[in-house]
Amino acid sequence: MDSWRKNPVVFWALNLPPTIWLVVFFIIPLGLIWVISFGEKRGVVDIEITWTLDNYLRALDPLYLGIFWKSIWMAFLATVVCLIVGYPVAFAIAFAPSRWKPLLLLGLMVPFWINILIRTYALIAVFRTRGYVNFTLEWLWEKAHAALTLIGIDPTWLLGARFDPLQLLYNNFAVNLGIVYAFFPFMVLPLYANIEKLDRTYMEASLDLGAGHWRTFISVVLPLTWHGALSGIIIVFIPALGAFFIPDLLGGTDSQLIGNVIERQFKSANDWPFGAALSFLLMYATFGALALRSLIAGRKQGLEI
Amino acid sequence: MNETAPIISIRGVTKRFGPVTAVDDVSLDIRPNEFFALLGPSGCGKTTLLRMLAGLEVPSAGAILIDGHDVTGVPPNRRPVNMVFQSYAVFPHMSVFDNVAYGLRVVKTPAGEIEPRVREALAMTQLEGLAARKPDQLSGGQRQRVALARALVKRPKVLLLDEPLSALDAKLREAMQLELVRLQHSVGITFIIVTHDQNEALSMANRIAVMEAGQIRQVARPAELYEYPNCRFVADFIGKMNLFEGRVVACEDARVHIEVKGVGRLALPADQIVAPAPGSEVGVAVRPEKIRLHREPAPEGRVRLRGRVSEVAYFGDASHVYLVLEGGPKISANLQNEARTAVPGVVAGDELWCSWDPNDTLVLTR
Amino acid sequence: MSGEAVDTGLSPAPVAAADRPGTRLNRRRRQRLPIGPLEYTRHWWLRLIVAVTFALLYAPILTLIAFSFNNSRRNIVWRGFTFKYYEKAWHNDSLIDAFTNSLTIALINTVIATVLGVLVAIFLWRFRFPGKPVYEGFMALPIVIPEICMGVAMMAFFARIGWPRDLPWPLSLSSITIAHVAFSFPFVAVIVRARLVGFNRELEEAAYDLGAGQWQAMRDIVLPYLRPGIIAGALIAFTLSLDDFVITFFTAGPETITLPVKIFSMVRFSVTPEVNAASTVLILITIVATVLAMRMQTPSRSEGGG
Repeated sequence: MDSWRKNPVVFWALNLPPTIWLVVFFIIPLGLIWVISFGEKRGVVDIEITWTLDNYLRALDPLYLGIFWKSIWMAFLATVVCLIVGYPVAFAIAFAPSRWKPLLLLGLMVPFWINILIRTYALIAVFRTRGYVNFTLEWLWEKAHAALTLIGIDPTWLLGARFDPLQLLYNNFAVNLGIVYAFFPFMVLPLYANIEKLDRTYMEASLDLGAGHWRTFISVVLPLTWHGALSGIIIVFIPALGAFFIPDLLGGTDSQLIGNVIERQFKSANDWPFGAALSFLLMYATFGALALRSLIAGRKQGLEI
Repeated sequence: MNETAPIISIRGVTKRFGPVTAVDDVSLDIRPNEFFALLGPSGCGKTTLLRMLAGLEVPSAGAILIDGHDVTGVPPNRRPVNMVFQSYAVFPHMSVFDNVAYGLRVVKTPAGEIEPRVREALAMTQLEGLAARKPDQLSGGQRQRVALARALVKRPKVLLLDEPLSALDAKLREAMQLELVRLQHSVGITFIIVTHDQNEALSMANRIAVMEAGQIRQVARPAELYEYPNCRFVADFIGKMNLFEGRVVACEDARVHIEVKGVGRLALPADQIVAPAPGSEVGVAVRPEKIRLHREPAPEGRVRLRGRVSEVAYFGDASHVYLVLEGGPKISANLQNEARTAVPGVVAGDELWCSWDPNDTLVLTR
Repeated sequence: MSGEAVDTGLSPAPVAAADRPGTRLNRRRRQRLPIGPLEYTRHWWLRLIVAVTFALLYAPILTLIAFSFNNSRRNIVWRGFTFKYYEKAWHNDSLIDAFTNSLTIALINTVIATVLGVLVAIFLWRFRFPGKPVYEGFMALPIVIPEICMGVAMMAFFARIGWPRDLPWPLSLSSITIAHVAFSFPFVAVIVRARLVGFNRELEEAAYDLGAGQWQAMRDIVLPYLRPGIIAGALIAFTLSLDDFVITFFTAGPETITLPVKIFSMVRFSVTPEVNAASTVLILITIVATVLAMRMQTPSRSEGGG
């Protein structure tokens, strides 16, 4: 690497165009929102910057605090589900025979390329009351019904007189499922990359020393691939925290997350200062998650040395 | 010896990277048509020195002259020297032909001239028939030949080679050593090779500079370097050496008397020594192959010491015998396994004499 | 089932192919091979987890695609194959407009974001300067901050500076395009920089040593080396832009709607096969673009010498 003084012409030629773009079309807009978050709404489009903290204080209202907490809880839950399902899947791909590996990886990545909005929409068709999950359940119910009748037990007592379709959509369960479905590949890919890099001889050494597979996984694989898990957790948690169309499309009336509140302030309620304050709070939460990660990663390194 | 002007003259060159001094005030002349080696352990500054010759690093102080011209600030693309990189740096997206032709094309060599010169360079490095190949279809040895051809096609005044053999396996390395020497004879230019492998340097080079900690410790022909190292570092770095610490007691009658810890007083001929002052600390060294082992007391006139065999390491052609001397220090001797039956002659626990010719003793003041 | 065919094909088959008990036996013996210590994929439970996960991952998408061809408005039961809804989508002017907008934005975005991303990557790889970690942190911001924050920021920004809203067609897309470039070029930079990490600096030095100047070395050695990274980065920029919903949702005006935004508004009102058709087209384009990118990255083309 050269010092920038060695070649100032090249230095500025390379860095000015992207820097200007980033500053003008990203940093300044964010700064603007930050300033607006200290403003007061005066008219339909009129905002006066009075450096008031009211917007932030309003976010402390139990209603919004509850929504904030709910967003964090939902994102956390979705991340945990992704992690629990993601580990075995990543593990299986990493240890698959070489002719299967590219296929499995491709299979994992194709949904990842598909628009999240479309994938969310696809869930609706499967989970609605007249959707395929309920059709399958109904078919199973009918079969069980027939079987029970055949062996002479009255099925109404056990299964009810009629099949009641499950209400799978428009509730918190659906939102959580939607988030998991949307961001699952984000978790598996870094996990896979880390497990793939893991030197197999560590596992062989552990098995050779008498540990079982489960023990080997807990004491060898998990500590050595934790970094991948951490990246996965972050890249699932952050977008999950800011999700707004998933609760919008899949959630019920009580499934509002912080993203929906922000969207409403800008699109319909037209209260920009409050929306701006909420988005900055969301951003601070994000930075908090990132800081937590580097703290954990850093402490782990400290232990290793 | 010095009637020809040096092709490369390094004058007081220093290179600092931040707080680290990689090359420390080095001066060195390299003569035309020499096969010159820069030898030293890793981190001694030899590669940095070579890169300064190529123009890839700029000296912090001092000057570099190539063929009489000061090139200190000249960029690498305007220097009459070319380099074979440690990784070979064969361009992966170009065929062998394009790799070799690249150096001619960038300086706008007439198109008609490129093809014959490339063919000539490929022939010289035995790469005919591989011109259309891509680097990923070549073996390590072939890739190295491409790097050689690519540098030689430029007809440089000096060819610089940075650890050229380190990436090859042992068999191939030996063959390439011979080939490099042959190539240097046939093209008749100066080769400067950087290596950490003493065998490589000893077998290929006409002259060797041994570097340590950014400085040159000794510049000499291979045999001189081996038999007459000028300091403890060189003595220890090249080949195997028994090294003792001692103190000069007296100098008289062309003899130097040295008290060696745990060995006793040795009287050595003074002719080869830069008369050390009495009282000075010196290193006393002797190579294992110069030492003879005896069951009986050794003849007069030799340095004689008594000890017990602690280990015998068998190497096929020779065995290394380690003796613990009566005074405590260890010494190793080489035993050539000249006949089949000679092999188990010595076993651990034997009480033996060892001896060597006083003329084979080195007294090292540095 | 199909395993038998493979078995008889592989072995020299001393038992006649018709001799089914023989092949059965052969197969059974093979399955009984003990599972090696690290052959985890031969354990049934891991296979089951992977199979179920993949089934759950694909079932909704495949259903969506299948029902874009279903000849039924209510879209519950299969009533036969039809292209009807593609035709309908094709004649839906607002849908086609949205689609044209999406492609136009994606293409312009790809060009600008790729250039900017490559500049940043080379810049960060090449130079050391005070405050570099801070600079890198700022470059990573568009990647890490929640999309919705960036979306509302861009919305407020364009409204505040009074960016003209009633420009003629391609220019009317400028605000969306600008926002897309701002969030996609750091991704390009990350990808190109990852490729640069593996670059052997001696290749560049060899070019200097052979007589090349700075720009020649950049053109002949560094850029060709980067080509797969640049192509991959460009395609990522393309798909990011084509797929983006959140940021576009906030920066788009009523006249400048993109396909994802259009699909969103359609989905909100009803689930129709037309939406399925439009979605299938978008899925197809992104998958083809990405597969192309992956195939172009494998170096197979050899350039003739001379």
